[in-house]
Amino acid sequence: MNAEVTTAEAPAAAAAVADAPENDTAPAEERAAGHGAGAAPAPAPKETLLAVEDVSLAFGGVKALQNVSFDIAKGEIRAIIGPNGAGKTSMLNVINGFYHPQEGRIAFKGQLRRRMRPHFAAAQGIARTFQNVALFRGMTTLDNIMTGRALKMRRGILWQALHWGPARREELEHREFVEHVIDFLEIEHIRKTPVGRLPYGLQKRVELGRALAMEPDLLLLDEPMAGMNLEEKEDMSRFIIDVNEQFGTTIALIEHDMGVVMDLSDRVVVLDHGEKIADGTPEEVQADRRVIDAYLGVPND
Amino acid sequence: MTEFSFFIEAVLSGLMAGVMYSLVALGFVLIFKASGVFNFAQGVMALFAGLTLVGLLQGTIPFIHTNNPAFALPPWAAILVTVAVMVVLAILIERLMLRPLVNQEEIILFMATLGLAYVLEGAGDILWGSDVKVLDLGLPQGASDWMLDTFNIYVEKIEVVAAVTAGILVTVLAIFFQKTRIGRALRAVADDHQAALSVGISLSTIWIIVWSVAGIVALVAGIMWGAKSGIQFSLSLIALKALPVLILGGFTSIPGAIVGGLIIGVGEKLAEIYAGPYVGGAIENWFAYMLALVFLLFRPQGLFGEKIIERV
Ligand SMILES: Nc1ncnc2c1ncn2[C@@H]1O[C@H](COP(=O)(O)OP(=O)(O)O)[C@@H](O)[C@H]1O
Ligand SMILES: [Mg+2]
Repeated sequence: MNAEVTTAEAPAAAAAVADAPENDTAPAEERAAGHGAGAAPAPAPKETLLAVEDVSLAFGGVKALQNVSFDIAKGEIRAIIGPNGAGKTSMLNVINGFYHPQEGRIAFKGQLRRRMRPHFAAAQGIARTFQNVALFRGMTTLDNIMTGRALKMRRGILWQALHWGPARREELEHREFVEHVIDFLEIEHIRKTPVGRLPYGLQKRVELGRALAMEPDLLLLDEPMAGMNLEEKEDMSRFIIDVNEQFGTTIALIEHDMGVVMDLSDRVVVLDHGEKIADGTPEEVQADRRVIDAYLGVPND
Repeated sequence: MTEFSFFIEAVLSGLMAGVMYSLVALGFVLIFKASGVFNFAQGVMALFAGLTLVGLLQGTIPFIHTNNPAFALPPWAAILVTVAVMVVLAILIERLMLRPLVNQEEIILFMATLGLAYVLEGAGDILWGSDVKVLDLGLPQGASDWMLDTFNIYVEKIEVVAAVTAGILVTVLAIFFQKTRIGRALRAVADDHQAALSVGISLSTIWIIVWSVAGIVALVAGIMWGAKSGIQFSLSLIALKALPVLILGGFTSIPGAIVGGLIIGVGEKLAEIYAGPYVGGAIENWFAYMLALVFLLFRPQGLFGEKIIERV
């Protein structure tokens, strides 16, 4: 196994080695235009929150992402779609620093960096959920969501060991915020239930709650509705829209259900075999020849 | 002396020994939960902490091993400095050992802790000398008159102090891990590394905290053992007793470590006294391992360990 693969396979490793991230000063606005050979990129009238520039990521011989560029405007719901293995999850992992691309850069809030690191991404306001629910199984719903406040709580370890005074007050303050999140997601009835015991649909909701507790500026959702029944999907769609509208949270959404994508998203980027093949409004993308081929499995080239 | 008070005495003395096993096992569990590392060096950490504490109390000059009373610290200061030393040790271990080896196979991390055990043992020798040391913290000695007068039971005062200290330590740790942000972060890391990273929990910080706490627990274990038997190499072997405790209690369960330690402490004392005469004694030496074997056969996840279930 070569060194490249090892690094890529060890996202936690890279994250733990938290030396100062490189930080160039080139302005984010000098982004290359969309690389998609499909529909022309839709105009982005709003301020750009995140820009992915020429990102390439490989695991040994597997090219998970190849020169992918796109942007996410502040306040929008941006869908990332594509067949299985297209590189969608890898893209999210690059954005929040689990994977470090061999090439390319990422600009978040105008700050350009070669690679993100999970801790930095979280501190900057990027929250996420996982394709395979990644909850803390031994903990209750409440505790799981409380972990979302980790970066906002500041009291030192000594106060905490005593569980007294300022540490205790701080705990209660954040608890209050978390209770709002719980109300918002309508999961009061499972506050004290260990999440390992919850049905899948509710686990996904708790995971969303944990991300929301971070009060993120950018929320990355990796197939939040996979494996859900129709009713659960409708609930989840409603929560996503409410988060976006009520809190103004920008959302990047990976989703397979085309109906959901068309309903929710402002713009869609389409990946296939690690390449961006289309970028535009849902209608534009849906009509794109390459997208249709990719989904029907017609070999291109 | 009645048959019954004799029994109680045996149980109490077993509990006292058990507290010791619990403490060492607790150090194992903490580290295992948070970083998946089976820390072979836990016993040597207790030895190292004990040596450092005695050295500071006696004003031993590191590397030279002569005592200069002018440098001797009072007990409270010596304990604080030793705690600081264990924290520094935790930071060094995170930097030099865990970080470069992160995401390696568990067996590799285990091997690294084997190495760590030898390094620490050597460091202890080089810094403080290898002779047997008397640990005098001014803890009360002798039998508790009160217990003797009231119940006609013989208990050593130091054992009572040890049990109370361990009880307090365990309570503080339990609150810390259940109710605080850092405790939650620790449990989060134990459950899912990636998810923990995604909410901004720093693995390095958690590892340093966990190894520091394990170091402090080791110090307390070292003090208890050392106050009775002196600080010497055999102290590091208590780690071997912790292994059956872990099998009994489950590798990831803090209550399991505590209860497991107590069961083994009491079990081996009672077995020695009541079954010993029939098999020629020395049951204390192997009872724990025997019990562990039985558990491995019938309840491999331990008393409190999470059930081993395949996810479908
Ligand atoms: N950690 C990894 N190690 C090796 N290969 C990986 C890893 N993560 C993703 N890949 C590969 O990258 C490609 C894209 O995967 P992924 O991003 O999960 O696709 P998607 O989410 O679109 O289904 C796949 O071929 C996958 O096998
Ligand atoms: Mg995926």
